[in-house]
Amino acid sequence: MPANTLMHAWILAVVLFGLGVAGLLARRNLVFMLMSIEIMLNAAGLAFIAAGARWGQADGQIMFILILTLAAAEVSVGLALILRLFSGTESVDADAARALHD
Amino acid sequence: MPTRPGRCTTDMATLLWLVPALPLLGFLLLFLSAGRAPRPVSALIGVGSTALAAVFALVLAGWLLSQGSGVLRVTLWRWIATAGLQVAIGFQLDTLSLVMMLVVTFVSFLIHLYSSEFMQQDEGYSRFFAYMNLFVASMLILVLADDLLLLFLGWEGVGLCSYLLIGFWYRNPSNGYAARKAFIVTRVGDTAFMIGLLLLATHLGTLAIGPMLAGAQVQWPTGSVLPTAAAALLLGGAVGKSAQLPLQTWLPDAMAGPTPVSALIHAATMVTAGVYLIARMHALFELAPSVLLAVAAIGAATLLLAAFAALAQHDLKRILAYSTMSQIGYMFLALGVGAWSAAIFHFMTHAFFKALLFLAAGAVMMRINDEHNIFRMGGLRRELPMAFWSFLIGSASLAALPLITAGFYSKDLILWSAWNFRPGGAVLWLAGLLGALITPIYIFRAVFVVFFGAQHTRPSSRYGVRIVLPLTVLSVLALTAGFVETPHALGSISALSRLLASTLPTRELAGSAALQTVAMVIAMVLALLGIAIAWWIYGRGAAGALRASAPVRALARWWLGGWGFDWLYDQTLVQPFLWITRINRADVIDTGYGALAALGRLANGLLSQTEDGRLRRYAGWIAAGSLVAVAVAMFA
Amino acid sequence: MMLTWVILVPVIGGGVAVLAERSGTDAPRWIALAAVAIDLALIIAITVTGPAALTAASAHGPWLAETYWRWIPQLGISFRLDLDGLSLVLILLALSLTALSVMTSWKEIAERVGMFHANLLWTLAGIVGVFLALDLFLFFFFWELMLVPMYFIIALWGHERRVYAAIKFFLFTQGSGLVMLVAILALVFIHRRATGVLTFDYFALRGTPLSPRLAFWMMLGFFFAFAVKLPTVPVHSWLPDAHTEAPTAGSVLLAGVLLKTGAYGLLRFVVPLFPQAAHAFAPVAMLLGAISVLYGAALSFAQDDMKRLVAYSSVSHMGFVLLAVFAWTSLSLHGAMVEIVAHGISTGALFIVVGMLQERLHTRDLTRIGGLAAALPRLSALMTVFAIASLGLPGLGNFIGEFLILLGSFSVNRSLTIVASLGLVAAVIYALALIARALHGPERIPPQAHMPLTDVGARETTVLAVLSAAILWLGVYPRPLLDAVATGLGALQSAAGVTMTSASGSGAQRTPGSAPGGDYSGVPVRYSPHSAGPAP
Repeated sequence: MPANTLMHAWILAVVLFGLGVAGLLARRNLVFMLMSIEIMLNAAGLAFIAAGARWGQADGQIMFILILTLAAAEVSVGLALILRLFSGTESVDADAARALHD
Repeated sequence: MPTRPGRCTTDMATLLWLVPALPLLGFLLLFLSAGRAPRPVSALIGVGSTALAAVFALVLAGWLLSQGSGVLRVTLWRWIATAGLQVAIGFQLDTLSLVMMLVVTFVSFLIHLYSSEFMQQDEGYSRFFAYMNLFVASMLILVLADDLLLLFLGWEGVGLCSYLLIGFWYRNPSNGYAARKAFIVTRVGDTAFMIGLLLLATHLGTLAIGPMLAGAQVQWPTGSVLPTAAAALLLGGAVGKSAQLPLQTWLPDAMAGPTPVSALIHAATMVTAGVYLIARMHALFELAPSVLLAVAAIGAATLLLAAFAALAQHDLKRILAYSTMSQIGYMFLALGVGAWSAAIFHFMTHAFFKALLFLAAGAVMMRINDEHNIFRMGGLRRELPMAFWSFLIGSASLAALPLITAGFYSKDLILWSAWNFRPGGAVLWLAGLLGALITPIYIFRAVFVVFFGAQHTRPSSRYGVRIVLPLTVLSVLALTAGFVETPHALGSISALSRLLASTLPTRELAGSAALQTVAMVIAMVLALLGIAIAWWIYGRGAAGALRASAPVRALARWWLGGWGFDWLYDQTLVQPFLWITRINRADVIDTGYGALAALGRLANGLLSQTEDGRLRRYAGWIAAGSLVAVAVAMFA
Repeated sequence: MMLTWVILVPVIGGGVAVLAERSGTDAPRWIALAAVAIDLALIIAITVTGPAALTAASAHGPWLAETYWRWIPQLGISFRLDLDGLSLVLILLALSLTALSVMTSWKEIAERVGMFHANLLWTLAGIVGVFLALDLFLFFFFWELMLVPMYFIIALWGHERRVYAAIKFFLFTQGSGLVMLVAILALVFIHRRATGVLTFDYFALRGTPLSPRLAFWMMLGFFFAFAVKLPTVPVHSWLPDAHTEAPTAGSVLLAGVLLKTGAYGLLRFVVPLFPQAAHAFAPVAMLLGAISVLYGAALSFAQDDMKRLVAYSSVSHMGFVLLAVFAWTSLSLHGAMVEIVAHGISTGALFIVVGMLQERLHTRDLTRIGGLAAALPRLSALMTVFAIASLGLPGLGNFIGEFLILLGSFSVNRSLTIVASLGLVAAVIYALALIARALHGPERIPPQAHMPLTDVGARETTVLAVLSAAILWLGVYPRPLLDAVATGLGALQSAAGVTMTSASGSGAQRTPGSAPGGDYSGVPVRYSPHSAGPAP
């Protein structure tokens, strides 16, 4: 893979990550926030894959698989929490979960 | 070392430690009985133990005198034994401690006997004898100790007993105040004494009196800094205990205690401990001539100050208290001019006549509802002849009535020694003479006001033998004890000074016999003049005219308050101390930690503001934080 | 091995006490007493059968018994316990006071009796461990261990503001302990860099070559922890709160023994590990000691709460100990040991007396009571005995301690010694104020008092009689105690070596020079064998 292709892949990763952050900060719906986190994770994964391809190392793919499992675990725990919250408050609004504070 | 080894010496050594041990045992028995012992038993233990101690003291005296000049020593056990300091619990009996021991045990016995009747109605009968016995034990330890640290033990012990006995009637807060004042003021002196002990032990390596003084004489040149400092510090202790300037303020208040206590502790024995200390340490004080001069000056100043203050008092016991201060001033004067045996002589006669005066005063007051104010008494000589004659004899001896009283001979010897002192002898002599004029005025003022004139009170009942006997014995002693030492013109007897010569240095007085006689006649005339003045003012009733004059009233007020020393100390020491402790009650340092804790709580409040539970804000913080971290990694 | 049991017995006893609570409230008390008795028997057996080093210097040095196990060899940590005269005296004090504490709290503690006595015994175990451990890690372990049960004693069984006091106590001691931990680790790592051996062993670390700067900071780390525990002004302020709010047994243990771990640490660790630094720091430490003496006494006088009054008097007394340790002469160290024991007895006794008064009157407020001497004559007499012991009356233990301390310090620093001796006047003021306000004056008994007032009973009389006999014995015949600690102190002094020695030596030399003239050849008789100046 040539160097500037790597650059493009990384720019894509950064853009994806930025979208994720923006989504996380802007959305109030917990489900969408969870999805934003997924996007950020995927951005990181993309960066790893690209770097692995650039230097012909397996490490990038290994890290991607790690991130994949992490994301799966995160989504399952996160969704479970959201479901509990929803059954309690009838809402998936993040700010409504503030009641957990104090 | 015992003078002659053998069975007799060992027996005597046992007797020696038994003398202080008996009253101590009496105290322990009374303390452990916890007030459950019946009154006669308490009295028996109290009086009996001191009586036995007095008998033993007599036996010891006979033995020691038969030995010629000797010293009896007994070591009981080693008290402190560390690498650097060896202190033994041990007693030594030389002629100086012999005189002290005899006076202490005898006067104690008589006063205990007197108390057993005087305190009959008091609820704390057994407690009283417990404290008194502890006092006698401590006082005997003080005079017999052969180590300065053991002496200090006795010294503090008598201070404690003085505190306990002044505050004996503890329900009245003013008694407790007087007791605490006595303890604290003397403790100031005692602390100086203690620092003196540190100095001596540090530089001489021992506190055993004999070796220590010998070491001081070898190592320290006369007038150098170390002996001067050490002597000055010991003088601090002596001044506190003997109620001399500037630590004299506690003694008048100490009269809050029962009268036998005033007689024993605050007249005859404890307050003269300072005199004994200086006499005992004479070798050290002779290395410090400037301190010795200070002793004389303090003595002269105190004897005058106290005599004038005594002129203005209404309270019979306070008159006697100021008189005690004044007479101890004479003893200090004697010590200061190097007339060691004269000081001890005056201590002895003073112990007799002052104990007599207090006991007689107590005998008066116990019959008139414990009235202390002399102006509410009057005309009592017919109703209370026993008390009257005892008080009169005591007063005559105190006033140094020529020829027939003991006080005359001892005071005369002091005046004559002062006259011979160089430099400054003339001034000291004049101060002593002025005192000799004031003394008869203030004491016969009391005599005339209390026993003559119109009668204001009706005394009740008669005295039992336990009061009559001590008064009689002390009256005889107050008259005759002076014949052991008389001036040239009157037989030139010197039994006491010859006895003491083995312990205390004697000084050949320079003045001729004729000069001594002239000085003696002057003192005689002054004593008689003083009595005459007192008669003229208080006997014939010129006092009213005197009181009418404003300057006299102002002066009397000033003297009544003891020259304002109490006020001065209150303003400069007591009030500032109270103020500091009051404002700092909550401990300003703890306030600092409180501020630290408050700061912690404030930070906690601020930081918990950020934990508001808004998930998206957390995410924002995370994002911002990562951005900063990346920026730092890239640009730093 | 035996030494391990000395620590284990209270630990096990505590466990048994918790379990025994089910079979009645008195069972834990008896078990606690039994555990202490067994421990006492053990330690006496060890002393008697051990090498006879107690009175005479022997081949064994000062050590009477030792236990050595490898614990975590990878980190150079061993389980090392050593007993010398110093530790022996302090352990005996701790055991006796614990037994008396159990007896005093017989009626006072009614809830969770088993747990209370377990905590008491566990504190004791920690304290005994502190006095025995000579591996720095192990020492720190015990140092922290004794805090926890004491925290619970204050926080659960204490008086009105117990939680505040307990947290304050914990923060002060824990925080200062942390500083000591840093110093310990620094010392260990520096030792490893110098010798290549990783060890926490006291004897190995004692000779570590240190740069003066580093040594000073490390010494300060140790000093800080011990100064807080002692306590010394200005880090004393946890003490009045902790003492006041703790139940009687807690106050007795705190004042009687826990404070002594601070003094012990100064003696055992600060000076022998860092002699030069300690010497350099001595004037400051002695100044702090003198200030503590006076400041504690002044504050003590101002208090209305009896327990607080007694607590501040501890600050004053421990100031003397600080002065003594940093004077580091044979006399002052002996004095410090006597003062430690005498203070443990007299102040412990005063706390017990105040506890008895509180049991009867339900208040400790001096503004609301007075004239108790009439209603409680025997208790008042005993209280007076301990108060006058506290003010340093000759013939009672405290005087011996204070006199030797002042005498030993006098040749090292004259002016500070004189300042400290003013504490003798101040002590009279607060001790007499306590007697006057509580016992004398017109009788005032608060309405909530437990009427009619009963004077001390047999159990209480026993406790106080034992204590007053002990304080009297210490005052008239302190030699057994002085002999017991002599070898241990001598070994510490020679371990501290040249530096502190020359400190006291130069002090002794300074003094004769102050005499003008100098036309005499007499050099003062030195009383300290370790203040080696040139021989005359």
